[in-house]
Amino acid sequence: MITATHVSKRFGDFVALDDVSIEVATGSLTALLGPSGSGKSTLLRIIAGLERPDAGEIVLAGEAATSVPPQERGVGFVFQHYAAFKHMTVRDNIGFALKIRKRPRAEIRARVDELIELVQLRGFGHRFPAQLSGGQRQRMALARALAAEPKVLLLDEPFGALDARVRTELRTWLRRLHEETHTTTVFVTHDQEEAMEVADNVVVMNRGRVEQAASPRVLYDTPANAFVMSFVGRANRFGESWVRPHDLEVTLEPNGSTREVQIDRLVHVGHEVRAELTRDDGEPVSLQLTRDEAERLELQPGQIVYVRPVRQTVF
Amino acid sequence: MRRLSLRFAAFGYLLVILLGPLAMLFWRIWAEGLGKAWSALIDADTVHAFKLTLEVASIAVPLNTIFGIVVGLAVVRRRFPGKGVVNAFVDLPLALSPVVVGLSLFLLFGRTGWFGPWFTAHGIQVLFALPAIVLVTVFVSVPYVAREVIPTLRELGEEQEQAAHTLGASGWQAFWRITLPSIRWAVIYGVVVTTARCLGEYGAVAVVSGSISGRTETATLRVQDYYENLDQAGAYGVALMLGLIAIVVLVLMTAFRPKDGAVR
Repeated sequence: MITATHVSKRFGDFVALDDVSIEVATGSLTALLGPSGSGKSTLLRIIAGLERPDAGEIVLAGEAATSVPPQERGVGFVFQHYAAFKHMTVRDNIGFALKIRKRPRAEIRARVDELIELVQLRGFGHRFPAQLSGGQRQRMALARALAAEPKVLLLDEPFGALDARVRTELRTWLRRLHEETHTTTVFVTHDQEEAMEVADNVVVMNRGRVEQAASPRVLYDTPANAFVMSFVGRANRFGESWVRPHDLEVTLEPNGSTREVQIDRLVHVGHEVRAELTRDDGEPVSLQLTRDEAERLELQPGQIVYVRPVRQTVF
Repeated sequence: MRRLSLRFAAFGYLLVILLGPLAMLFWRIWAEGLGKAWSALIDADTVHAFKLTLEVASIAVPLNTIFGIVVGLAVVRRRFPGKGVVNAFVDLPLALSPVVVGLSLFLLFGRTGWFGPWFTAHGIQVLFALPAIVLVTVFVSVPYVAREVIPTLRELGEEQEQAAHTLGASGWQAFWRITLPSIRWAVIYGVVVTTARCLGEYGAVAVVSGSISGRTETATLRVQDYYENLDQAGAYGVALMLGLIAIVVLVLMTAFRPKDGAVR
């Protein structure tokens, strides 16, 4: 278990973390989700010991860790830009933690072989990082972080520098890896889709504070406040209430409770149709419906239609 | 066309400024007779001068290498009050004429200087002896390793070192296994430049060494010694030797200089 209690951190005038407390259950896969500047990376770096909190406590696996240097915390850390040791081969990168611990050479060789297999880099062991693709480098960095069997695996925007296809691949792969090893894992992301898809538990952060910590489903269905509502998944605002794009009913004729909107754009994504609309007061509205519905209504860009919330949330 | 003429201009400039004088040196030695130049080179005082120069360099270069790396790490990786001042002071020897360096050493270690009386009382001779020559040489060659190391460390960034820490490496281990191997080309290049500077130093050493043949005369002073005694062949011989060393240094520098745009 990882616990951070009342952690605060400033950089000059900028408040990165403002009295933040979180708990990460042993064996879980947790995402720290938030916009840039929300403090998520700072919190992760404080857990790793790469940054010192101005106030607050960190407990790792039952031991007070606040003043323990990073090399003694038993954490694995993966950086957004890989932080590959450029002058070492893939094998030497992966074996680094074991070499530092002065493990016997045969043991290091066996463990490196095992990890190279795990991260699917067989045949790349004697290459240098510069000879690998971004995805391969990040897998190497993961293997390197796992080598000494850390109690906790921390990943700072691990897929942020990769292209969309590799990112999706590595997400699935991280999920599978976690199911195999059950290492307590925390990763930072600003991509809500990534957080929702990969994590069991998501901590939503904003302006140095925790807005809500819950499972992806709970976050989406019962957001704690307007920020979570609009950051996790899309939402439209109708006066005091918030409506998800798929919770709008579309009709071609007005009735008492509908609002008039104009269709600006229709985007077909697989079976789903996303529409960008403009309300009569100029506010944008996003709408999501199935292809069948869109075809039944014969929606066209430029058309005027009427929408009515079927489910809404008021904070 | 323009690029070609630019290249010619650059090459011509180098030819006139650098290679011209060196070629003249060759030609003059040839004209004066190789024998005279050779006998000047194997003269006991000349051999001593080269030995002394190497001895001074072998003290100054390691000192400034360690200093350069330490200052580089401090300036790039740490925050401390007066950091800007330290960074600026590293460049001081580049701005200051070596003669001024020599004279200020007189003010410190002369008979009426701040430290002079104490050293005299303890029987240590600083001026007109090895300590003074070493001191001024160390001073004038301070900036070169630091100036190579600082931008390289900046470009390297801190992430690899932080990664090493999370993998269990202490500060010392991270330095030896990650930082130093990453900046090694900058250090080697800095060492070569520092060595060249130490071998070639003239002004500051001329002021503090006393130029006593066979005792406190370095190679550059030896050249001047021959020249002032109207032994041109001797002067050219020793000068040529220094010129050849310069060419070797130049070749080493070219070999170690980080290639444009290439990460080593």
